[in-house]
Amino acid sequence: MSNAVKHSASTDSKAALTVAKAGAPRGLGSKNPKQGQKMTGAEAVIASLEAEGVDTMFGYPGGQVIKIYDALYNSKQIHHVLARHEQGAVHEADGYARATGRVGVALVTSGPGATNTVTGIATAYMDSVPLVVITGQVPRGVIGTDSFQESDIVGITMPVVKHSYLLQSVDDLATTFREAFHIAKTGRPGPVLIDIPSDIAGEEVVFNYPDDVNIPSYRPTYRGNAKQIRAACSRIRRSHRPVLYVGGGAIISGAGEEVAELSRMLQIPIVTTLMAKGAVPFDDPLNLGLVGMHGSKYANLTLNKSDLIIACGARFSDRVTGKLGSFAPDADVIHIDIDPAEIGKIREAQIPIVGDLKGVLDSMITAFAKSKVKPDTKAWLEQIDGWRKRYPFYDTAVVEEPNRIVPELALAKLADKLDPDTSIAVTEVGQHQMWAAQFLKCRKPRTFLSSGGLGTMGFGFPAAIGAKVGCPDKTVVCIAGDGSFQMNSQEMATAAINGIAVKVVIMDNRALGMVRQWQKLFYHQRYSFTELAPNPDFVKLAEAYDWEGERVSDPKELDAAYDRMLASDGPYLLDISIPRDQSVFPMVPPGKALSEVLGAIDRNDGATRQIPEEEAATVKVAPEPSDEELFDIEDDAEADEKEDAR
Amino acid sequence: MSRDKHVLSVLVENKPGVLSRVTGLISRRGFNIESLSVGPTEDPTKSRVTAIVNADDVAYEQITKQLHKLVSVHKITDLTYDNAIERELVLFKVNAPAERRSEIIEIANVFRANIVDVGKSSLTVEATGDEGKLKGMEDLFRGYGLKEITRTGKIAMARNSKEV
Ligand SMILES: Cc1ncc(C[n+]2csc(CCOP(=O)(O)OP(=O)(O)O)c2C)c(N)n1
Ligand SMILES: [Mg+2]
Repeated sequence: MSNAVKHSASTDSKAALTVAKAGAPRGLGSKNPKQGQKMTGAEAVIASLEAEGVDTMFGYPGGQVIKIYDALYNSKQIHHVLARHEQGAVHEADGYARATGRVGVALVTSGPGATNTVTGIATAYMDSVPLVVITGQVPRGVIGTDSFQESDIVGITMPVVKHSYLLQSVDDLATTFREAFHIAKTGRPGPVLIDIPSDIAGEEVVFNYPDDVNIPSYRPTYRGNAKQIRAACSRIRRSHRPVLYVGGGAIISGAGEEVAELSRMLQIPIVTTLMAKGAVPFDDPLNLGLVGMHGSKYANLTLNKSDLIIACGARFSDRVTGKLGSFAPDADVIHIDIDPAEIGKIREAQIPIVGDLKGVLDSMITAFAKSKVKPDTKAWLEQIDGWRKRYPFYDTAVVEEPNRIVPELALAKLADKLDPDTSIAVTEVGQHQMWAAQFLKCRKPRTFLSSGGLGTMGFGFPAAIGAKVGCPDKTVVCIAGDGSFQMNSQEMATAAINGIAVKVVIMDNRALGMVRQWQKLFYHQRYSFTELAPNPDFVKLAEAYDWEGERVSDPKELDAAYDRMLASDGPYLLDISIPRDQSVFPMVPPGKALSEVLGAIDRNDGATRQIPEEEAATVKVAPEPSDEELFDIEDDAEADEKEDAR
Repeated sequence: MSRDKHVLSVLVENKPGVLSRVTGLISRRGFNIESLSVGPTEDPTKSRVTAIVNADDVAYEQITKQLHKLVSVHKITDLTYDNAIERELVLFKVNAPAERRSEIIEIANVFRANIVDVGKSSLTVEATGDEGKLKGMEDLFRGYGLKEITRTGKIAMARNSKEV
C-alpha cells in the first residue's frame, strides 16, 4: 500500500479506512484543472499523470512516444529525468517507488525501448513494487504487421506484470490510467504496463479523469478474518519457541511498528528477510536480523528450531528456507499475507490469514493487550541469546589479510558513518549485497533497497538515482560490485547532468565474486569466466562523467575516504579495492538445510570460521596470480620441478 | 481423495488477450492443459473458459489462487467434484469402404450421433457426449481406421442449477 497507510493511526477501523483510500489518486483526481478540456490523447496522458499527482518520472523518448514527450514539454508539474538506457529508467522509477512508497512512473518508446524495460519490470514484479510503465506502440492500423519498431510488449511482459493494457481507444485513456495506478499500488503492489498506440496519442478527447475505479474482478482483501486472528492469538499463547518471520510485506504495509510492538509485548524474537531490512530497527533487542542463505547462524537456528513461525508478509523463499524438507521441522505456521496465493504455496500454514499485515497485527496487539496473557518465552530467549553470543557474524580475529581492506570491516565502518535516520542504502547483487545486508544498520523502512526476488545485477545504481530523486534530503549510498556497476554505469550521465548526488561505493574484487565463491566451494575452484581483471579505471570513468572519485586500497585510508565521499556535494564514486577471494559467510549451501551452514564463526572454538572438514579442503584461498602465473614462460628447470612434484 | 485432473470453469472479462493470460499462467506454473474451450456467456462482457488441467489438489489450489490474482478473472469454479455436466463435441472421419458403411452408420445411430459428410471412402460422424461415450465410439471406430479426429474441448456446468 502507499504511504497513506504507513502513517495511519493504529486503531483497527482507522487502519481499514486508510487502506481503502490507498488506491485513490495522490493528486487532484477529477478536480484537476484540465478536467473537461478538449485535448489530444498525448496531452491526456500527461493530464492523467498530473491528476494522479505524479511529480517525477523517468524515461527515454522515441518515435512512437514523441507526441507524449511533446505534451510533457508543457507540464509544470512533472519533473522528467532522462535516463541513458530504458532499463535504467525503469530501475530508477523502481528505486523512487521503493524509497518513497509512491508509484514509480516510466515512459519509453516502442520496440527496443519497450523490450529494454523487461528486466526492470520483472525486478519490480518479484519484489512487489508499484510501477506504471508507459510504452509507445505502433499505430493501431499496423499492429501485427512487423512494422518498424513494433514489439508485442504486452505479450512479452505478461508473466511479469500485475496487469497490463493495450489501449484500444482514446476514450478509455483516462479510465485506464486511473485503473493502472489503482492496481499498481493496492493489494499486493506490482508493475502495470500501459501500451499506447501512437495514433491514439494524436486523437482528440474531452479529458474526464475519474476518481474511482470499478473493477469487480479486483477486490483485494484487507481485513483479516477475525476467527483466524483469534485462532492465531490462541496458538501464539500456547507456543514456547515462537518467532516472527518478517518479509518485505511488512515494509509495504507499513507494519514495522506493529511487528516491533507485538514482539516487545509478547517477547517474541524477530528474524527478517533481505526485503524486510529496516522494517524493525537493527538495535531492537529482539531483532535478530537477516535470516536465510547468508543470514546469521543465530537467526537461522531461531527460525529452524522454532515451534511456531508467524510469517508476516514473507513468502518462504528458497533463499530463506534452504532445503524445504528439513526446514523448521517442529514449527506450526501462522501465515499473514495480503496475497492468498502466497499462503500454502511453499509451506503449509496451519493458520492462514489473508489481509493487510498492519491491520491484522494491530488486532492481535489489541487482543493481547486486553487479555493480558502471553507465551512464556524466557527459556527460548535465553537459548537464542546464547547462540547470538557464540556465533557472531564477524570477529576481527578472522582477518585473513591484515594489509588489505576486509569487506566485512569496510561495510561495518560504512555503517558507522551513515546516520540510519537520514540515509538510504541501495545495493547491487552479489557478495557486496550480502555484506551490506549483514553489516549496515537500518532503523526505518524504505532505507535499504535491494533486488531480492530477481537478484538483478545492474539494479542498484539506477535505483539509487531514483531513490535520491525521491528523497533529495537523504544521503543515498549505492553499495555496488565491480561487475554489477558495469551493467548500468551509463546512468552516471543521468546523475551528473541532473545533479543527483548519489554516492557509489564499489566493492572492487575484480571478479564476479558471488559466482566465484560458488565455484570455489562447489565447483572445485574451476573459475570459469568469473574474473573481471583488468577492470576499467573507475576513477577515470568518474572523471569522464564529471563525477568526483577516488580509489582506496589501504585499510588505514578508508576512514578518511568515506568522510570525503560523504562530505562532497555531488555524485561520488569510491572504488574500494578488496581481496579477490573473500567469501561471504555464513553460508547455507544451495539446496542444503539451514542447519548445514558453512563458515559461521564459533566463539567457543577460538572464533574461527566453522567449515566442515571436507568443505574446508576446498575453501583454500587461491592467491591472486603472481607474475610467474600471469606470464606463463616456463624454463626447463621449473618444468622438471613440476614433473617431480606430480 | 486427491484427483490428478481438475475441471476448472473460469469466468473472465471478454476482452482481447484474456485467454492468453489465463492459459499462460497455467502453463507458466508448470501445468498441462488437457482440454480447453472458450466462449461468451449470457453476459456478453464475460467469457467462460473451461479447462481440464493435470494437477493434484494442492497444485490445483495454487493454480486457482494465482488465477484469482489476474485482474481479468471474475470467478473460478472447480467442477471436478461437483458431479457436473460435461460435454464435448467430436468429429470422426472414419474409413468406410462401401461394404462396411452400414455398420458404421449403425454404430453412429446407437450413440445418437449424426453422419454429417459422406465421401468415397469415408464417413464423417458428429458426436456429442461425455468422456465415456466418446471414448466408446472412438474405440469402435478405430476398428475401421480413423482418418482424423477433431474435438472442441470439454465444456462443463454444475448440476442442480448451482450457479457457476
Ligand atoms: C543480470 C544478472 N546477470 C547475472 C547474474 C548472476 N550473478 C549473481 S552475483 C554475480 C556476480 C556479481 O559480481 P559483482 O557485481 O562484482 O559482485 P561481487 O559478488 O563481486 O561482490 C553474478 C554474475 C545476476 N544476478 N544478474
Ligand atoms: Mg565483484
